[in-house]
Amino acid sequence: MSVVIIDYGAGNIQSIKFALERLGTTAVLTNNANVIREAAHVIFPGVGEASTAMEKLISSGLDTLIPTLTQPVLGICLGMQLMCNRTAEGNTKGLGIFDTDVVRFDTNLNVPHMGWNTVEGAGVLFGGIPQNSHFYLVHSYYAKSNGNTVGSCTYGIPFAAALAKNNFYGTQFHPEKSGEMGAQLLKNFLAI
Amino acid sequence: MLTKRIIPCLDIKDGRTVKGVNFVSLRDAGDPVELASRYAEEGADELVFLDISASEEKRKTLAKMVRDVARAIDIPFTVGGGISSVEDVGVLLDNGADKVSINSSAVRRPELIRELAQRFGTQCIVVAIDAKQLNGEWIVHLVGGKVPTERRLFEWAKEAVERGAGELLFTSMDHDGTKQGFANTALNELSKLVQVPIIASGGAGTMNHFVDTFALGNADAALAASVFHFKEISIPTLKTYLQQHKIPVR
Repeated sequence: MSVVIIDYGAGNIQSIKFALERLGTTAVLTNNANVIREAAHVIFPGVGEASTAMEKLISSGLDTLIPTLTQPVLGICLGMQLMCNRTAEGNTKGLGIFDTDVVRFDTNLNVPHMGWNTVEGAGVLFGGIPQNSHFYLVHSYYAKSNGNTVGSCTYGIPFAAALAKNNFYGTQFHPEKSGEMGAQLLKNFLAI
Repeated sequence: MLTKRIIPCLDIKDGRTVKGVNFVSLRDAGDPVELASRYAEEGADELVFLDISASEEKRKTLAKMVRDVARAIDIPFTVGGGISSVEDVGVLLDNGADKVSINSSAVRRPELIRELAQRFGTQCIVVAIDAKQLNGEWIVHLVGGKVPTERRLFEWAKEAVERGAGELLFTSMDHDGTKQGFANTALNELSKLVQVPIIASGGAGTMNHFVDTFALGNADAALAASVFHFKEISIPTLKTYLQQHKIPVR
């Protein structure tokens, strides 16, 4: 029952690995399609710029692999954004798993949206997590709320803090950096 | 609602915390991992580690410390001190740091900010600015406030953000160590000038100083060292106090 963190050179994946270790789970870091396909759970991280990250996915063939996965898949931060139809960052076409678009905050508030904000969540990811618990976010682009939204956050306007569709899940926040509630969310994901 | 952040700062030398800390219940008060874990449990929103080591050998010790901290805590942390290249930053982020802060190296070579932002994203690049007032003007200083530069605080802050800083950490050398409160007038002016989060630093003495820096200084986060290390202010008590004063906290 292995857990794989997709390692495609985009971001701080050690933190996710360490967060899983704190839950007693050893994760494998890989970009190998066979290893990813065989995993019980797949985590798709991402930090940085969308078009650069997408190029890396394409060059390793992961862009075609990820949408065909059948086990639970969790995209985190940019990972979740790349699972949407399109992102305005670098005008990048996404993996088209979540039926929504990612746009930049158009606000007089600070960008990036950085820090701990409250999330109204529902469904399996948020089991045992009280409403309006705080999660840590840092991002300049956000996914528009749609029918896949299972977690909502507000920064000037409401946006999708968590998405879910079939076996695919995504969080805009960083569960690996969100204290106890983040750990609970990861635990919930691993229990799916 | 986005909350205001409370950030304890730990000074590190050769992988150990240097300022005396007054946590009697710690097994090893010099162990940054144990201290970091304690702060995370108490409700700190983030941590900053400021490395004051110099040599190459000691940098390796820092990378190991970063890894140990990342393994232990589940809140974000920033590492600063002596960072001057893309390689330096790569090592720290690979070992699990969430953000890095650059100071003197950015003043000496401002292009570094853009290089780091392009490579790692603006969200993990904090530009730290130490400044004090000379003849009524805020002047940027280097080497912990000892060496004045040609640069003025507000111009430099604006330039740093234009070059890709995702956050500013402003320390008033006039307020640092005084325990008389933060530089709220300058902080407020900064917050109007740039559209990135600002961490207030220097001057924390009472819980009311934190209220003021959020309410009057419009800071997004407040950083302090000794008031936390010496248990003059406990983080849970501070959070309750802030809440009572209508400051949103976690």
